[in-house]
Amino acid sequence: MGFLSNWFKSSESSSDIAKSRLKLAITSDRAVCSPELMEQMKNDIIQVISKYVDIDTKGLDIKVTRTEIDDESGGTVNAVLASIPIKDKRPFRR
Amino acid sequence: MGEVIVITSGKGGVGKTTSTANIGTGLAMMGKKVALIDTDIGLRNLDVVMGLENRIVYNLVDVVENNCRIKQALIKDKRYPNLYLLPSAQTKDKSAVTPEQMKKLTGDLRNEFDYILLDCPAGIEQGFKNAIAGADSALVVTTPEVSAVRDADRIIGLLEANDIGQTHLIVNRLRADMVKEGNMMSSDDVVEILAIDLIGIVPDDEHIVISTNNGEPLTGSDCQAGQAYMNISKRILGEDVPYLDLEVTKSFFQRFASIFKR
Repeated sequence: MGFLSNWFKSSESSSDIAKSRLKLAITSDRAVCSPELMEQMKNDIIQVISKYVDIDTKGLDIKVTRTEIDDESGGTVNAVLASIPIKDKRPFRR
Repeated sequence: MGEVIVITSGKGGVGKTTSTANIGTGLAMMGKKVALIDTDIGLRNLDVVMGLENRIVYNLVDVVENNCRIKQALIKDKRYPNLYLLPSAQTKDKSAVTPEQMKKLTGDLRNEFDYILLDCPAGIEQGFKNAIAGADSALVVTTPEVSAVRDADRIIGLLEANDIGQTHLIVNRLRADMVKEGNMMSSDDVVEILAIDLIGIVPDDEHIVISTNNGEPLTGSDCQAGQAYMNISKRILGEDVPYLDLEVTKSFFQRFASIFKR
């Protein structure tokens, strides 16, 4: 009888599919920040880090992306990824 | 001092104008003095939904450009003497009005009316910015579809960014039978995703089409949509009204068919 009930019932309802697709779409929509805001954040980060090390502002790259969480859950999270090149070869030698 | 409420959605065609007309009518039925403003310049529709299209002399743009006084442009409703419509202009575009002018207009109307409802155009451009400029609170209309809910989320974000204090959700065109079958998101699903307070659930009801054909809002009438809109109006006035039971009674054949679906 198992095959019969499987045949009549799809594994996931279309409303469930809609809901999970929407959740994903909306989380990434919400993560998109305006260019002005991004620029502000970039400048602030440069200011803070420059207090400690001499950084190469031209090679700086900051973005907001979705990254997988580092556990078995397989979930994703919004993250700010920044690559900030340091000019000094041995920056923390004081 | 009156309250200014903007009815908005992001996506077009989800029922902003119908909701504005019906909620406005509901508030007027309960004795409130109400002004409805159609802010969709170039694509006016609230006048036909209200059945007042033949009485337009002046419009919103005439008022902000001082071609007439506000009172000359306000059209009195056919049935409720304390309900008024300020129609939009059909031959101008959105740039004919600025947010500052809208703020002043709604500010002036506050002294005269208990509620000022603004029917917002679809989209997030100039027309939207105009409509929300003078608003105290917002009603976000959505249908239980992915596109409408996604746009509603964008709108809610923009309303928050513009410091519109209270935002409430109307889930429109819900089909209880499809929800039950798992083929439509429920109002709970939509509320969970959008994370704002619900103020009304309006079922998909063919009476809405008929009422729009006739140019007479159906708030308070016997049908489910009429009841739902009346309840929303009552909730705006602070009444605690339970939600309708939208369960449809199935025909014999449908019940027979659903046995086999299991």
